[in-house]
Amino acid sequence: MRDTTWIGRDLPRPDAADKVAGRAAYIHDLSRPGMLWGKVKFSEHASARIVHIDTSRARRLPGVRAVITGDDTPEIRIGFLRDNVALKRGRVRQQRDEIAAVAAIDPDVAAEAIELIRVEYEPLPAVFDPEQALHPDAPLVHDRDASGRPVTSNLLPVSVRHVSGDLAAGERAARYVAEGEFSTPLIQQSCLGTAGCIAEFDLRGNLTLWAKTQIPFLAQRDFVKALEAMGLEGRNARVIVPALGGAFGTGLDTHCYEYIAMLLAHRTGRPVKMLYTREEEFAFLSPRQSARTRIVQGCDAEGRLTFRRIDVLQDNGAYTSWGATYPTVMLIPATSLYKVANVWFDARIVYTNNTYAQAMRGYGNPEVTWPIERTLDDLARQAGIDPLELRLRNVNEPGETTPMGLEVTTCGLRECFDFAREKLDWAKKRGQQRGARRGVGVAALVHVGGSGRIYRSDGGGVILKLDDFGNVNVSYGGVEMGQGLHAALTSAVAEALGVTPERVHVNPTDTATCPWDVGTHASRGAFIACNAAIRAAAKARTKLFALAAELFAPEVARNLEAHQRRNPGYEPPNFDVGAACAAGRFQLASGVVTLEGAPAEPWLRLELARLLRAGHFRGVAGQMIVEEAFYEPPSTLPDWSEGVGNMSACYAYGVQGFEVEVDDETGEVTILHAVSAHDVGRVLHPQALRGQVQGGLAQGIGYALYEEVRTHEGRVLNPSFTDYKIPTAHELAFPVDVHFVETDDPAGPFGAKGVGEPGLVPTAPALASAIEDAVGVRIADLPMTQEKIVRALREQRAPRGS
Amino acid sequence: MIDLELTVNGELARVRVEPGARLLDVLRGPLGLPGTKEGCGNGECGACTVLVAGRPVCACLTPAAEVEGLEVLTVEGLVGPGGDLSAVQRAFVEGGGVQCGFCTPGMVMSVHALLERNPDPTPEDVREALTGNLCRCTGYAQIVESALLAARKRREAREGGDRA
Repeated sequence: MRDTTWIGRDLPRPDAADKVAGRAAYIHDLSRPGMLWGKVKFSEHASARIVHIDTSRARRLPGVRAVITGDDTPEIRIGFLRDNVALKRGRVRQQRDEIAAVAAIDPDVAAEAIELIRVEYEPLPAVFDPEQALHPDAPLVHDRDASGRPVTSNLLPVSVRHVSGDLAAGERAARYVAEGEFSTPLIQQSCLGTAGCIAEFDLRGNLTLWAKTQIPFLAQRDFVKALEAMGLEGRNARVIVPALGGAFGTGLDTHCYEYIAMLLAHRTGRPVKMLYTREEEFAFLSPRQSARTRIVQGCDAEGRLTFRRIDVLQDNGAYTSWGATYPTVMLIPATSLYKVANVWFDARIVYTNNTYAQAMRGYGNPEVTWPIERTLDDLARQAGIDPLELRLRNVNEPGETTPMGLEVTTCGLRECFDFAREKLDWAKKRGQQRGARRGVGVAALVHVGGSGRIYRSDGGGVILKLDDFGNVNVSYGGVEMGQGLHAALTSAVAEALGVTPERVHVNPTDTATCPWDVGTHASRGAFIACNAAIRAAAKARTKLFALAAELFAPEVARNLEAHQRRNPGYEPPNFDVGAACAAGRFQLASGVVTLEGAPAEPWLRLELARLLRAGHFRGVAGQMIVEEAFYEPPSTLPDWSEGVGNMSACYAYGVQGFEVEVDDETGEVTILHAVSAHDVGRVLHPQALRGQVQGGLAQGIGYALYEEVRTHEGRVLNPSFTDYKIPTAHELAFPVDVHFVETDDPAGPFGAKGVGEPGLVPTAPALASAIEDAVGVRIADLPMTQEKIVRALREQRAPRGS
Repeated sequence: MIDLELTVNGELARVRVEPGARLLDVLRGPLGLPGTKEGCGNGECGACTVLVAGRPVCACLTPAAEVEGLEVLTVEGLVGPGGDLSAVQRAFVEGGGVQCGFCTPGMVMSVHALLERNPDPTPEDVREALTGNLCRCTGYAQIVESALLAARKRREAREGGDRA
């Protein structure tokens, strides 16, 4: 690995001081002159015809400036399949459908006005179970697609399949076979900062939208299309991203509330702000997709995997978000978590009248890693092989090309297992502590580590703008949402350009000033931004050194004169500055230009700021240094119907493990110890990296043990933190051994891989394995609540038929 | 409407508000102190934690009228002249106790209150004190480390005679 000055050091996060002082400006804190407050009237039925909407009383309420419905506004189609409209006309398909909206002078008036809107419905048949939704006689959630073509089934026209090798041969070669049905629930991403936006038009019809988004440029594209639908062809949509109070996938789509804010702003001619309350966030913001998975996999007598078959049924809800592309990421663990030759994968996504779902951290990966890892334990038991040993017999290795065509450039999975085995004292503890109701378990993950190509371009650009004072202003179109992107980018720019980190200033994300970026997903932010920054810095250095070739010698000659004035009798060492300059032997480090091999004389160095000013202020030859580089990772867009393609530039691996104690009366799971080892390529910023891993681990624990959005006929039953519990500081009071394996990937910036998501991915199966080791119960449906554990323990004590 | 005289961050202010106005809205609105965040409006998340007479409370559940005559301290009040961060705030920066930052002001205030009454807390004391403050980003590990670092900084400052 190359030596570095700033990479790998815990520099203070550039955003931290403002955040601890309460100075960071979130959407909640932003206001615009003349701003109104918008609010949405949501449906009270999951499936109904809208017979009549009476807005007359709302319109008469003092302070109300606009009331809009789908009937008096242009139709704005949104969503991955354009099957959603911002304000519904004539028909609702989920409990949270947007029926009307108001703009008022303050939030209280807006809320009061919403209460005055009366809607008359005619209930229609609905379907809430994805299996039932596939029945030929199930009510159709949509009877036409976005282009108006009739449809005959609730099955989405999104197919992701993979067949490789010879499944039948793999089945014949298997000595042991494990199978089962597993499920993962709807999860609320639970950002501490709720969703919101401000929409504002200028008098030429151009829109500015302050958005809580992870995809400023795809959002811009969506908003430009919406402007066209509003009759504003050729107008611009500018997206500005304020400080985000968390995102975790919620910002990977544009949302109806954003388009409604646009409509209200256009109708009133004033800026309009929308801000969800916590209850609205729980009830009306799309949760993580739920999935049901059927798996069969087998191994030979030595425990080597011979085949794997996975069938996924995903509940889409009533409309389609980018979350419908979950199966593209499910393919990664399905085909490439451990070595397995003969693989079948098929995913069906089904419309129901449930709340429509969207993405969350891990993006399909945990949904499939869950059944894979759980059935591996089953195979190990059948084969009489230690479950960690069985995993090692199938461990991924560098140089491998997986059935999906993933090219494994670097892989530290074995080292991660070694770490977990040692720290958990595996040999002594696995299977040895049943009497104490204690157990240990591990599970692994593979995820994209070099972005994940699910769009035509998977790139992103960085602009470096150097000013007269030696500051470097960095513009990148991805989003800092708390993960530490700006910390990593600051270190990378300082390192690659050769300046001190204090001189690096990352600008707020704004489509008007930043180069295009596909979005901050797939753990790609630091990977893409730092790679682009390295390339932009190389271009800037080339220009700086060209300037230096002309200006270094005269500038240091002035230095020398001054030095000699201060030090009479000083004789400079014998060094031919002109020749060294002509040879272009320049160095730039910590904001100072020097010549390679030059003596360390104080005058024989040039501050970057002086070089920049000398370049700027030289008459008609004056020049500024602004450099841009667009980085497109070396990966391919897979063919989804075949499920084959090297979708990432490199892959991240990891192992998590737990020791738990289970109370066999209450079913309570107490975590005694956690281990989290990750192949991260190279550590860019240790503190931010640990934060990502530990934060992911915590979300994984909630996912594993208790988080679930409960619904009845599509209505969310637990829309509060009291009823939807996320982990607290009190519950996470166990030691966590975090370990990073540095494999120095050739595609990574300084060797680093993306690591935003992995912490969440293998947590649930590792915990499940530990719980099974402790008390022998196996639970297939997440979350593994106390109730489910108690029930399983009772069944264990009193087997059926006795 | 009622007139209230509030003492916030050591400064007196007179405001005219609705009788039931929440302290949170008065801080963020007329007093121009947006550092206190609203995460739930229901006393569940702790993002709006401020200190009233030294005790941490949820500003979303506290009527502004109830704090008349009491010292209210918000996250802005911990910042010294010239933007000098307090020991707790500096510890959160150094210790990595900040990710998205939305829970941070509330966390900082809870830790500040803890250290005022217990200058040498154990990790368990810290976790107990933060049970009412939800964070979705960090998994709390670096927040707890930051709190313990803050305790050390304050003790060292006291021994060295500096501002805590």
